[in-house]
Amino acid sequence: MAIVQTQELRKEFGHNTAVDGINLKTEEGEYLVLLGPSGCGKTTLLRLLAGLEQPTGGDVLIGGNVVTRLPPRARKIAMVFQSYALYPHKTVRKNITFPLAAAGVPKEEWQAKVDWASDVLGIGRLLERKPRQLSGGERQRVALARALVREPQVFLFDEPLSNLDAKLRTIARDELKEFQRRMGVTTVYVTHDQVEAMGLGDRVAVLNNGQIQQLGTPEEVYADPANTFVATFVGAPPMNLLHVRDEVIGFRPENLLPAQTVGEREGQLVCEFEITRVENLGSDRYVYGSIPELDPEAKVIAKLPSTLDVSVSPGARERYAVDGSKLRWFHRDTGQRVEPPASGLPQRADR
Amino acid sequence: MSSPAGTLEATRDTGKGPSGGGRWFYFFERDRVLGSLMLSPAILYLVLVVGYPLLLAFFYAFSDVTVGSNKFDFVGLKTFKTAISDPTFKTALAHSFEITAISQVLVVVLCTILAFVLAADFKGKWFLRFLVLLPWTTPVALGAIIWLWMVDSIFTPFDWFAAKLGVIPDGGHLVLLGHAGTAMGTVIAVQTWRMLPLATVIVLAGLSSIPRDVEEQAQVDGAGFWRRLFSIQLPMLAPVILVAILFGVVFTFTDMAVIFILTGGGPGTATQVLPSWAFYKGINGGNLSVGAADALFMFPVLLGLSAVVLKLAHRIGGE
Repeated sequence: MAIVQTQELRKEFGHNTAVDGINLKTEEGEYLVLLGPSGCGKTTLLRLLAGLEQPTGGDVLIGGNVVTRLPPRARKIAMVFQSYALYPHKTVRKNITFPLAAAGVPKEEWQAKVDWASDVLGIGRLLERKPRQLSGGERQRVALARALVREPQVFLFDEPLSNLDAKLRTIARDELKEFQRRMGVTTVYVTHDQVEAMGLGDRVAVLNNGQIQQLGTPEEVYADPANTFVATFVGAPPMNLLHVRDEVIGFRPENLLPAQTVGEREGQLVCEFEITRVENLGSDRYVYGSIPELDPEAKVIAKLPSTLDVSVSPGARERYAVDGSKLRWFHRDTGQRVEPPASGLPQRADR
Repeated sequence: MSSPAGTLEATRDTGKGPSGGGRWFYFFERDRVLGSLMLSPAILYLVLVVGYPLLLAFFYAFSDVTVGSNKFDFVGLKTFKTAISDPTFKTALAHSFEITAISQVLVVVLCTILAFVLAADFKGKWFLRFLVLLPWTTPVALGAIIWLWMVDSIFTPFDWFAAKLGVIPDGGHLVLLGHAGTAMGTVIAVQTWRMLPLATVIVLAGLSSIPRDVEEQAQVDGAGFWRRLFSIQLPMLAPVILVAILFGVVFTFTDMAVIFILTGGGPGTATQVLPSWAFYKGINGGNLSVGAADALFMFPVLLGLSAVVLKLAHRIGGE
């Protein structure tokens, strides 16, 4: 168990800056998720933590010690790669004992460790198989068992679920969370999938252009995005953003509801929603359209739960409402969060 | 298979193809037709220049045919008995194994080291890769002639080095090809030099096919250089190294150009090998049937070896 920390960490590849002065500090035993689009620097950051890349500047600290110049094997970390990187010519048992052999653990102790790790992950019956004889989920568990026997201070995960099919991914995500909760080991987890990030992370660091855009709990990142990038990257469908005069206002699709169902009240933003298309996804309906009176350019999505019994038809113009407390305000140029105006509602030309 | 056949059906129904070519228009799109057509030149080539001479060799080996005589009788195994009873045959056979084995051991060790060096990222590695490949692009005969000059009894530069090292007195001569031991050493060195590039390229390709993830995983798992080399990289390279060995053994075991040009099998019979012995006996000596029998002793060795190595490679690679 250890705290992972970076100080002004930078990594440049030629003229590209992959990691641009990142300061990050985990809690003891925390599950920290690095979330961002591809090319945002999240994998590079993880590789810097692992020691697979040397930083251009700044330091990496694990458990309070500066490990910046130490090779991966001196860092007491375990890493699980996207591909799981099992050794294809070794049996599952040999895969799991490899880190033990490398660490010089006496052979007599191997059996107990393998038993323990394979018990934790339920792979006892797979021990004599080769990696190619395993399913995707089984491979993940073997990779976890191999990471576990080292009794690392820190787990590093690089998109470990992205090679699994959608159905398996949900189960595997659950297992990962349960696994980390039981082990209580500090974990840094990289993903581009915001569903994984929200579901797994104690805290989520949203990255873009090599910088941390926001660091917070999944709830904070979702409800109170620090800027328009986070607002649109987290959440599916993304937050609606409308340019109104000198500001950008944003609200989540599920907060835009037909006025008749919520009842028009003070402190609401009520507007005419011009509906162009409706998608019925079973549990939800996505209603696509625009709000010409606020921002005729912006595409707006409303997410109506199927429990909401209201008919929506394309081409119609309906009154929709957003509660004032659900509105988020951003600076028009920088995209950063700003304070809402005194009224809490956007100023309109017609008022 | 099903889609071209289906197309053919449809064509028949309308009586006409879309381009008006009728059913013949699609005739060549049937897998069996097109496949056989495309394969036939290769098969024809193999049958004519490999299959036919091989059959002829078997034919000759069981006969008493000689150059310059029309006599042709089947004599059964008598030719083989004659071939084996010649003491030079046994010497040549032993030398073939010796040269092949020693040069291949050297090739495997050197090509693995060389492949690791060339896989590393450094300035000018493309030029170095090109240099390493050069001996392979040189015709065997040309390479052998160059080496013949290099080890010339009077003008060889090795004498100078040997004198500096005190192996021979100043102005003395090694006469590398004049002594059984050094002649053998020279032949082995040239065979190693000749086979190294191909083996290096094969192993280099295998090395670059090891996923970077696996290599990095081993680093994170705590393995240092030697452990990664011996328990990850070399085992994963084993199938390609076997392929390199297969090629190397076949090319070395069957080669006679190096011997023919460098030593002529000498001094005496000190470097005589099976292929050169078969050549001297069958072509130079005119005893076609004994030459064929001598040469045929390479056949089971190479056949068995190929089968074993391919099976081994398949098993390791397939697991």
